[in-house]
Amino acid sequence: MREFGYERAFDVSGAVALLGSDPEARFLGGGTNLVDLMKAGVERPALLVDVRDLPLGGVEFTDGGGLRFGATVTNSDLAAHPEVRRRCPALAQSLLAGASGQLRNMATVGGNLLQRTRCGYFTDINKPCNKRSPGSGCPAVEGEHHNHAILGASAHCIATHPSDMAVALAAFDAVISYETADGPGELPISEFYPPVGDTPHIETALPPGALITAVTLPPSPVTAHSRYRKVRERASYAFAIGSIAAALDVRDGVVREVRLALGAVASRPWRARTAERVLIGGPASAEAFAAAADAELAAAEPLAENGYKVTLMRNLVVAVLTELTEEGSR
Amino acid sequence: MTTTTGVAAATGAVGSAHTRVEGRDKVTGAARYSGEVPFAGLTHGWLVLSTVARGRILSVEAGPVLAMPGVLTVLHHGNAPHVETDYLGMLGRPNPIVGLFQHDRVPFAGWPVALVVAETSEQAREAAEALVVQYDGEPHDVAFHSGRSDAYTPQDTPMVRAETEKGNLEAQLGSSAVVVDAEYTTPEEHHNPLEPHAATARWDGGRLDVIDSNQGSSWVASELAQLFSLAPASVRVRSEHVGGAFGSKGLSPHQVAAVMATTVLRRPVRVVLTRRQMFSLIGYRSPTAQRIRLGADADGRLRAFDHQAHSLTSSVHEFVESSAVLGRVMYDADAHHTLHRIVRLDVPTPTWMRAPGEAPGSFALESALDELAEKCGIDPIALRVRNEPETGPVSGLPFSSRNLLACFEEGARRFGWADRDPRPGLRREGRWLLGTGTAAATYPSGVGPSTAAVTAEADGTFTVRINAADIGTGARTAMVLVAADALEVGPDRVRVRIADSDLGPAMIAGGSTGTRSWAWAVTLAAKELRERLSPGGGIPPEGITARSNTAGAIGALTEQERHSFGAQFAEVAVDVDTGEVRVRRLLGIYAAGTIVNPLTARSQFIGGMTWGLSMALHEEAIRDLASGGHVGADLAGYHFASNADVPLIEADWVEDPVPGDPVGIKGIGEIGIVGVAAAIANAVWHATGVRHRELPIRPDRVLRAADEARRRATGGARSA
Repeated sequence: MREFGYERAFDVSGAVALLGSDPEARFLGGGTNLVDLMKAGVERPALLVDVRDLPLGGVEFTDGGGLRFGATVTNSDLAAHPEVRRRCPALAQSLLAGASGQLRNMATVGGNLLQRTRCGYFTDINKPCNKRSPGSGCPAVEGEHHNHAILGASAHCIATHPSDMAVALAAFDAVISYETADGPGELPISEFYPPVGDTPHIETALPPGALITAVTLPPSPVTAHSRYRKVRERASYAFAIGSIAAALDVRDGVVREVRLALGAVASRPWRARTAERVLIGGPASAEAFAAAADAELAAAEPLAENGYKVTLMRNLVVAVLTELTEEGSR
Repeated sequence: MTTTTGVAAATGAVGSAHTRVEGRDKVTGAARYSGEVPFAGLTHGWLVLSTVARGRILSVEAGPVLAMPGVLTVLHHGNAPHVETDYLGMLGRPNPIVGLFQHDRVPFAGWPVALVVAETSEQAREAAEALVVQYDGEPHDVAFHSGRSDAYTPQDTPMVRAETEKGNLEAQLGSSAVVVDAEYTTPEEHHNPLEPHAATARWDGGRLDVIDSNQGSSWVASELAQLFSLAPASVRVRSEHVGGAFGSKGLSPHQVAAVMATTVLRRPVRVVLTRRQMFSLIGYRSPTAQRIRLGADADGRLRAFDHQAHSLTSSVHEFVESSAVLGRVMYDADAHHTLHRIVRLDVPTPTWMRAPGEAPGSFALESALDELAEKCGIDPIALRVRNEPETGPVSGLPFSSRNLLACFEEGARRFGWADRDPRPGLRREGRWLLGTGTAAATYPSGVGPSTAAVTAEADGTFTVRINAADIGTGARTAMVLVAADALEVGPDRVRVRIADSDLGPAMIAGGSTGTRSWAWAVTLAAKELRERLSPGGGIPPEGITARSNTAGAIGALTEQERHSFGAQFAEVAVDVDTGEVRVRRLLGIYAAGTIVNPLTARSQFIGGMTWGLSMALHEEAIRDLASGGHVGADLAGYHFASNADVPLIEADWVEDPVPGDPVGIKGIGEIGIVGVAAAIANAVWHATGVRHRELPIRPDRVLRAADEARRRATGGARSA
């Protein structure tokens, strides 16, 4: 394989400086995705800057009941944190639904957000892919796409975002903090992953050379009554074919607050704002949940082999919101 | 959790549980696999595979690569030494893929076009990935389906009889009260042993010395000798430890590449395949499309039996996935027809993969039996009892032993089958629909000639030499037990040497023949030795050695139907919202002759059953029509059961004496997988009321099928 440089950073400014503006340099977190991509030749970095020893491993509480966790917290530690489990069970569940125990022990929050799609055309350098090689085409549109996007895709790319955690973060309006040579910045998760459009190779709105430092979940009581459910083709160690992060507050049979994000349906975690609007102030019934799901999925543009995802997501929305309603009324 | 039950035989080494003799070495890492054995001056070869699915190599631009750090040579069709592929080996003509770099034709994506050799593995890989190969690509055709007009009936071979026929099929179908006529499909499946294929070759004192990972060192040595026109005695192949094989570890391009390169460089050369390379270089199971027609009387007695199995092969070599052989053993009918058809496509040549033929064939046939039971309104086990044949349905020969019904009886008792409500779609537990299913299993009990030597050592111990291959099965340990009983000594006084072509020819570990074949040779040699050991007589320092060769005894076997049998049971849960299918428990009961080592035997049965579960729900290689190659050719993209998919598996066996058989051992390598996918598919029907005739039973297929069933039920008024 290609020889590459390896540097370990011990403070954030040092890490940012080491990476500099080198387009061939990459930050290395747990390496659970980047190292695979290097073996496959998809990533060929000249330099890896190891950020695991940065002082970004904390989980803290913000004023008013929010949650802030550092970029190098491992997926295992975040999922096991008692306050995460109490204040935002959907987040803990999303993390535990991902990968395997060994991978979660290595994988970091920052790396999880930045993982690349597992589209089989993207990971094979002998095949065209607009994301990996802009302008080369998207063979998935006419080829294998039974687990590709039904929402927000374009003719240039129909790949899905693979993260489970990011779906929960999208439901709960997470804010992503980063550091650059020019100083710190923030992005709400709704702006973190840009629409795919004709630039599928641009996967985040981070400025060049930026290092993710932390993720903040704003205070929101509804997140305590939340759930993540993932559907996959085997019981473990598989990416979702559909997933949902949901939180629900029902009083007197009326939906007071609802958060809904869908996974494995788009190039980014899909916040179901249309469905949320339909639900707010209405009855918490299976019919209403189905109508909300239909409203959200009206925009779906399924291809030959992934139309089942419309049925699947509709069923998931109804099932998970019904479960949350039943549990909330106990 | 995995549990097993059963009582070990109380006497003798054979029949009682023994841990593997090399177990400590394996778990401590002391056991060296073929890619790990150190050599002074070792170099590393990396294969370069074609990126087009059909065409011609225009140029291999080796110049820039030769200038890269550490690169020693680039071998390709323009400079490679000659290899001779015009010969008949043990299993027929060699697959042309081992005729490495002999011409410029590319018959499929992933065909080996060059080997880069360098001082380190990393240098070789980097150079191989940098090597520019220009192609003149041609249109390719990789689309497999049963309706292809270019399908043909292959010639009979010693391995596969293409077609059998008796009676008037159409007439019997016409006079049947109940008919099942359905097509079943299975996808392209891959055996990817945990240990990738790896070989190290070197010239040592005028002999070619190959450290390999294979299913038969005599076999690979003989093929290499013929390919490189060497005297058989000048080739030595060893394969001490093998991390899984499943039919994939015979002669492959990696050994040929290593031998070719060491011959050119005169330094040891190691070639290890990557996971992705394994998807095109080592063979796989062909997809199948199988049509089954069963005609029966109202009580389920079969009048007509028709199994037509389509599979594919490459444009350069013929391999037939013999899915239709099952019915020649299992079920008789007044009219009986089995047929194989194949089509040549621009894809790699398939090969033997665990229970070749029987694994996909049993999915189709045992699903069809379940459909027939449903239509007749009788229990699936009762249907099989009703159609239990007296003799081989096609051959008319007697069975050496056939205890299929005992397997069903014992399995039904343990599984709780008697309490089963046969109606589908009735049992619900929260969001899960529950169902149970069963299927029969069978696999031939073959044997091959083997030689063995047993030495009485001066120190009172015994050394057994048999060129067996332990591909993870526990064969080495099994031979210790067999020899101990034959010598009437404790297993601790027996050491066994295996997996070295210098030990002399022996059967390969394949087709469930290994243990039966080797045990026979070891037993004969031990018997001969005991006759030569005089009571109270001394043993000279070099010991006393007796040898055996079973070729004559095998030739004298009477003609019989020799098979193992089994009954598979499955319970599944199907999520009504998501289409996810989860297996809750599996039970397999087998009648497989003498079980040599219950500990490792259970392991093999359970391994096979787990694979059957994978086949039912997960395994599927996706071929990309545009490029002709795979999508997701790695162990993240190619799904198989994870631990979480395998909650409770039990395997056990019934007594299965084989009257008059000189060995009594039948072989158990394949039968564990046979029938499992059908038992699971039948259970999915029982849970949901919907038949799944396409594997794997993925969530999207379950959701689609449920939608379609709903649409049919409502007269097509509603859409999905």
